[in-house]
Amino acid sequence: MDYIPNTDAELDSMVRDIGVSSFDELIASVPASLRVPRLNLPSPVSEPELQRQLSAMARRNASLDQVLNFIGAGAYEHFIPSAIDHLVMRGEFYTAYTPYQAEASQGTLQAIYEYQSMICRLTAMDISNASLYDGASALAEAALLCLAQNPRRKTLLLSGGVHPEFVDVVRTYTQGLPVNLVQLALADGATRLDDLEAHLNPDVAGVLFQSPNFVGCIEDMAEASRLAHGAGALFVACVNPISLGILAPPGEYGADIACGEGQPLGIPVAYGGPWLGFFATTRKIVHKICGRLVGKTCDLDGQDGFVLTLQAREQHIRREKATSNICTNQSLMALRACVFLGLMGKQGMQELAELNLIRAHEAAEAIAKVPGYRLRFEQPFFNEFVVACPLPAAEVCRRLEAKGVFAGLALGGNDLLVCVTETKSRSDIERFCAALREAAK
Amino acid sequence: MRVQEPVIFQRGGPGLRGYSLPPADSTRRAADLVPGKFLRQAAAELPEVAEIDVVRHFTRLSQLNFSVDTHFYPLGSCTMKYNPKVNDKMAALPGFANIHPCQPPSTVQGAMQLLHELEQMLCEIAGMDAFSLQPAAGAHGEMTGMLIIRAYHVAQGRQRRKVIVPDSSHGTNPASAHLCGYEVVTVPSAANGEVDFDAFAKALDDEVAAVMLTNPSTHGLFESRIVEIARAAHDQGALLYYDGANLNALCGLARPGDMGFDVVHINTHKTFSTPHGGGGPGAGPVGVKSVLEKFLPAPRLRKSGERFDWDHERPASIGRVRSFYGNFGVLVRAYAYLRAHGHEGLKRNSRAAIINANYVKEKLKSHYDAAFDRPCMHECVLTAERQLQHIDKAALQIAKRILDFGFHAPTVYFPLSVHESIMIEPTETESRRTLDRFVAAMKQIAEEIEKEPQRVLQAPHTMPIRRLDEVRAARELNVKV
Repeated sequence: MDYIPNTDAELDSMVRDIGVSSFDELIASVPASLRVPRLNLPSPVSEPELQRQLSAMARRNASLDQVLNFIGAGAYEHFIPSAIDHLVMRGEFYTAYTPYQAEASQGTLQAIYEYQSMICRLTAMDISNASLYDGASALAEAALLCLAQNPRRKTLLLSGGVHPEFVDVVRTYTQGLPVNLVQLALADGATRLDDLEAHLNPDVAGVLFQSPNFVGCIEDMAEASRLAHGAGALFVACVNPISLGILAPPGEYGADIACGEGQPLGIPVAYGGPWLGFFATTRKIVHKICGRLVGKTCDLDGQDGFVLTLQAREQHIRREKATSNICTNQSLMALRACVFLGLMGKQGMQELAELNLIRAHEAAEAIAKVPGYRLRFEQPFFNEFVVACPLPAAEVCRRLEAKGVFAGLALGGNDLLVCVTETKSRSDIERFCAALREAAK
Repeated sequence: MRVQEPVIFQRGGPGLRGYSLPPADSTRRAADLVPGKFLRQAAAELPEVAEIDVVRHFTRLSQLNFSVDTHFYPLGSCTMKYNPKVNDKMAALPGFANIHPCQPPSTVQGAMQLLHELEQMLCEIAGMDAFSLQPAAGAHGEMTGMLIIRAYHVAQGRQRRKVIVPDSSHGTNPASAHLCGYEVVTVPSAANGEVDFDAFAKALDDEVAAVMLTNPSTHGLFESRIVEIARAAHDQGALLYYDGANLNALCGLARPGDMGFDVVHINTHKTFSTPHGGGGPGAGPVGVKSVLEKFLPAPRLRKSGERFDWDHERPASIGRVRSFYGNFGVLVRAYAYLRAHGHEGLKRNSRAAIINANYVKEKLKSHYDAAFDRPCMHECVLTAERQLQHIDKAALQIAKRILDFGFHAPTVYFPLSVHESIMIEPTETESRRTLDRFVAAMKQIAEEIEKEPQRVLQAPHTMPIRRLDEVRAARELNVKV
């Protein structure tokens, strides 16, 4: 099927109106040798057939509502308020594009302005952009910004606690550039600050930390930030936005850039995307910030309104001199985060973060009481922690999967990374512990 | 009527809540579980509003937008076509929307099969040998492609320094090349709107790693010498990169791979109608010829017998360009779109898109100058030079005035290679009736410019807001409440 609102007869008469004898005359510049006679694509299907086929494909996947899931590792199962889908699916948001024509896009522009405001308040930073692709590419953009801000420095120090996929992406983004990437060692689940100190020198452009880190531990961001600044480097804080309901925000410990994965803010896990990279900086580096920015201004009558601003940084104006190549971003996902933060609000974000913290600690304590299992680290954590199992973690995962439980992410050896969010009740945790006990037998 | 909606921070009041969570049912608090030095000193000053406040607020904001669902949106180079609703319904199925990227592959075989079939369909449509679905948008695909090209040359023993782009290219092309460490060489367009072949040949030397082209170009024209361009580039050892932003003209008609392109990206939010979402998310799958497959981002989807898994052992790969596997939810929509259309449907789309663009161009020729007076592909570029006799910044004024007629503005001042450019891409999902109304409005504006220019200079008159002071926005930077 197609979605063309003209009949073939209408299209033919349009061809005549254009003043050519046939459609082929319009495409005469395409050499005949390049015309493709037949593509080997599946035959088209009607809408009912399409729904049937895709529903069957979807049913071959075990969705998280059919299992008891304790996997986090960068993708977090959180409650998504119903109002979010309802609002973002409005065609006026959903089927618009980048708000180049401000007068016809005040809804999108104001929503992004509010998103920027909420991200700034949550992270305690000065300026938030309108979104990037995901947390990993946001961290990579942060790395590039460190280098741009310190053009004579060529070293980036990455905490060993940064999500391994994020590290990969930073590596990918910087492979064409003369950059020296150094990963710092962990001890008991947290970055060794003496290792950071040992690596700091006048060539270090940026120090990049994640907290809570990949293995769930809360890093001493304030101390890391102080050390980085002492060496003249920028400090980048990659953070879980839900944790900021209770944990110190990057602005409080002097981070120059705060970024991270915004998926926990009302965005479905959806097998890894579309998600949201959030990115905020201090005012000092706003002119080097990547991506779109919405600013408030006024119209000819003095009425408040919103526009895309500082566009002279961007690729459509600056071309090869732009601060980033990003064009299309994740605007609708930023809108989801904006509605989520609006609904949760000041009190809700605190309550939600605390609920994650409490349930995760209850689960950790209960698991540590299951014979053979213990907590791998002694560091403070938020909603994720590593369990040392009495048998290979991959085997634990296999045994629990048979009982409809996704136990966590097997890290190699006996280490299992477990995530417990507010979506888990105490009886879920009991069921998990019983399954772990059974698996160890 | 002008309606203003206050920012959400001005709604509601202290103590209001728009959420409900299960009770913690615990006497412990954050301070009991985490050392005080790690805790937040003061709560983030987020809104305090009830659910109805939030719903009314964002519903009202939505009403201040133009969108494809409400208005003709002929934004050139953006392919603002109708987004079939069934695709969203499919992407929202729990078996797609609620699966975790780290859950065992055996529990997501349906999702992996979908991705595999999508890769195969994209290969067939683009004439390429392998696709990666990981890049999140067009520019992200460009960066991926340029890193692949870089890895190829490094493997050949010499990195090469330069990338050639035409002056009509999207800004993302030079920006992506620069991001990957390349020096950008811009070649001019010839009078017929195509790449100036002689200037191109002159710029081409053995330091050129790649030539980035959009075909049809942003002039809405097919590069008729593309095969010669490809041969010349290949003779110098350079690779040819296809910016797929304008693929909607060619789907099912001709394939970049057959033209000699080595690397392509596709904008699913354009050609395959995944919704633009006010600026994203999109998806920018990257396809390559077989010689480049080993450089594609890791992991790669692998089929062994009837079973799918992720192959992480890709030593020659450029690495990951984002976490996990790409904008999966967007890819589900693209898959559904392609399954609904098949080859015949895609071909009909391209045909109708080309007819619509030429129809608008021919109808408007009496009142505006076409930048290139020859048949166009899926979009046409006009110039408002004639209107400059009467008013300054004519393309801008026209863009503002057309809003009063209930049409989104075309792209203006892009491509940069055309003075006062007005770039119109109607897409195939607009009826002749809509186009006739648009043409009539554009003609009326041209007449107003001659007879009552103030009416145009003061436009828009009917929008929620009048013209905004962009200079002030940049000077008195206010980017948060």
